[in-house]
Amino acid sequence: MAETVLRLTNITKRFGPLVANDSISLELAAGEVIALLGENGAGKTTLMNILFGHYVADEGTVEAFGKLLPPGDPRAALDAGIGMVHQHFTLADNMTVLENIALGTQSPWSWKLDRSGARARIRKLSEDFGLAVDPDKTVAQLSVGERQRVEILKALYRNARILILDEPTAVLTPLETDALFATLKMLVAKGMSIIFISHKMHEVMAVSNRVMVLRGGKLVGGRETAGATRQELAALMVGQEVAFPPVEAVPRGEELFSLENVSTTPRAGGSALHNVSLSLYGGVITGLAGVSGNGQAALAALLSGTEKPLSGQIRIAGGEVSAWSPREALARGIARVPEDRHAVGSIGDMSVTENVISERYRSERFSRHGFMDWKAARAFAEELIRDYDVKCPSPDARIRLLSGGNMQKLILGRALDPDPVVILANQPTRGLDVGAVAYVHKKLLEARARGAAILLISEDLDEILSLSDEVRVIFKGRLSSPSQRGERSVQEIGELMAGHGIGEAA
Amino acid sequence: MRLEPKPAPTLVETFAYPLGAVVVTFVIASLLVLAAGASPFSVFALVAKGAAGSRFAIMETLTRATPLIFTGLAVAVAFRAKLWNIGAEAQLYAGALITVVLATGALPLPAPILIPILMIAAMAAGALLLLGPALLKTRLGVDEVVTTLLLNFIMLLFVSMLLEGVLKDPMGMGWPRSPKIIADAQLPKLIARTRLHLGFLIAIVSAVVVWIIMKKTTLGYEMRAVGHNAEAARFAGIPVNSVLMKTALLSGGLAALGGFSEVTGLKSNLTLDLSPGFGYTGIVVAMLAMLNPLGVVLSAIFVAGIFVGADAMSRTAGVPSYIADVMVATALLTMVVAIMMTRFRVRWR
Repeated sequence: MAETVLRLTNITKRFGPLVANDSISLELAAGEVIALLGENGAGKTTLMNILFGHYVADEGTVEAFGKLLPPGDPRAALDAGIGMVHQHFTLADNMTVLENIALGTQSPWSWKLDRSGARARIRKLSEDFGLAVDPDKTVAQLSVGERQRVEILKALYRNARILILDEPTAVLTPLETDALFATLKMLVAKGMSIIFISHKMHEVMAVSNRVMVLRGGKLVGGRETAGATRQELAALMVGQEVAFPPVEAVPRGEELFSLENVSTTPRAGGSALHNVSLSLYGGVITGLAGVSGNGQAALAALLSGTEKPLSGQIRIAGGEVSAWSPREALARGIARVPEDRHAVGSIGDMSVTENVISERYRSERFSRHGFMDWKAARAFAEELIRDYDVKCPSPDARIRLLSGGNMQKLILGRALDPDPVVILANQPTRGLDVGAVAYVHKKLLEARARGAAILLISEDLDEILSLSDEVRVIFKGRLSSPSQRGERSVQEIGELMAGHGIGEAA
Repeated sequence: MRLEPKPAPTLVETFAYPLGAVVVTFVIASLLVLAAGASPFSVFALVAKGAAGSRFAIMETLTRATPLIFTGLAVAVAFRAKLWNIGAEAQLYAGALITVVLATGALPLPAPILIPILMIAAMAAGALLLLGPALLKTRLGVDEVVTTLLLNFIMLLFVSMLLEGVLKDPMGMGWPRSPKIIADAQLPKLIARTRLHLGFLIAIVSAVVVWIIMKKTTLGYEMRAVGHNAEAARFAGIPVNSVLMKTALLSGGLAALGGFSEVTGLKSNLTLDLSPGFGYTGIVVAMLAMLNPLGVVLSAIFVAGIFVGADAMSRTAGVPSYIADVMVATALLTMVVAIMMTRFRVRWR
């Protein structure tokens, strides 16, 4: 048994009412790769941020190489030999690779950077571990894969012996991913220990020795990778907590919204759409499955009105749409539940009242001749708080102070109150507790029963399979053909999510 | 040390933090007064007396507060929408310039017609000056801090050029100043035998109007939404760029009214020392008021009082009146900290 290099004991972290980490204990041995598996919001990143000193745990301790780490001190974690590669890189774009790597490693009292020494070390490290990158290029000139290599080099340069990688493959192409895995194998061979965070099953199977599964902030299981099956891990990851409501048959209505051969402009952080055709029908929930970053954001932006098609046609209830904007989308009866309720769905520093009217403040109901009717707005907020059972001190409270579930209920109430004909629900239950998830599902099914056309985008495959009448899979900006409820198995959908068969289907 | 967001400030906190900021300001100023070899208490007593110790002193303070209310409102409106207008100084001069151009005989009209025309023209000039930076920001993403700040120098040099050239008063004995405006263009005094003029009243009315716009109108709602979270505002269908343009027009117009009021109410002509930095001090005024339009009136009077009082004090106590600049600058810094503390709790370690 190899020596234990890192020991987390009973780590607990709460954010208000949410328990992000619930008494988690974990041991990492020298030369071992642990995969931390879990869905979004399971608490993986929180745990790693505690380990690295970005957050202070409410309870529990972190021990590295037998020494207790002081909480909330990234410097101490660095000095103890822990290196972290964040999901979002922490590099200065306008500086060279060398400068980025050496930043903070030399005495602040030295007159100038010891460039030749640093360059020699970087060269040596990059040769040893297959991390090819030119130390004198500026970071802005590098590809995403190269930037990640710089992040890893940065950790190695500081003599890291434990490397934490947070969703390292989320931004990589398959080729770059393979290169990364090769590097990780070399690192481990030299005695490095690695924690690898992911929610992608096949990666976990490919690189790890052991898998730890997190769900809802709890460590729900640990397995030796060699003896574990994908099915077993998937069951652990999803759990059986969320009971999906019974879905009653609703007659299929008319086509209410459609995209015809729509393509969008290339965007940062995800695929654009390529020649996508999609029809949404009244009384039908269309579920969109897919690995994140494959064009879901572009499709959601298109329905929300924040993006215009580059080519192709949007039709609403059969009529062509020319001018397209969020305001136009709202006017045409499209309700939007955005993916990010904090940054996009709400204005944190404004009150609940001011937030619930944000999409309709110009309507007769809430303003006249340019003057707001705050009485009506407040009454509407009170109505939503009552009808949607929102826990909130008063309509005047800043919406920032509400929990995720209560905020989502208000966003849902704002979207559904005008009886929309089309509903975009983008990750509507991400990060919510079980009760709030059930509530959101109930409301979506009610809207379906009323005859609304619903597009449900989710990374939770179970949610999609249990709610959707029709499922489509998105891969690299292309859509699969639709399948009716129960027509495709989970395996078949998984294959489509990996890109097998979508080229032909589209 | 870390910052954690905290719930909405209570009513007590809303007043306690700004007050605390003022107290800290006085403590810091006391140290400087001690360094200058005087007693802080007697110096502050002299400042208070100079600012509010007599009817004349009060009128002087209110007169000085008038342009500060306008520039303070201009900054408050813009900052609320997170449009960082640092160019109130230039917009003030633009308003003064157009006033002088039109009021030195070009429009021979009676006062009740001429004065509103001058106001509108001044506002248009100020708005126009901020239009450029606002367009650059919304179309090309050019940082408005840089453009508005630099326009201050451009405007001042432009005015200087005109005062040495076409606008130079032929009867001015060579001084770089414009001719006097005609009598019909001059604002009446509010109180006889003082310098307090109608401009002060216009400033108060402007503050009330801006307050109504911010609190009661859809435009005010849009401006606040854009300022707090532009992305969420855009998603909700608020036309962010058009709101920013309207904000710019309003802000520039308000600052320009400061120039109009100084020329027509007080100076009667345009010189390069029309404004000893009213545009920049407007930033302090707006921050002290936590961007509340009615608060701007109070904070403008407070800041004006310090300047007027310090002038009086320096004549008797021998402490340089620059202490006023230090106090106002310190007040800005302590106020920024106070605002931060109303929103965040500071955790040491």
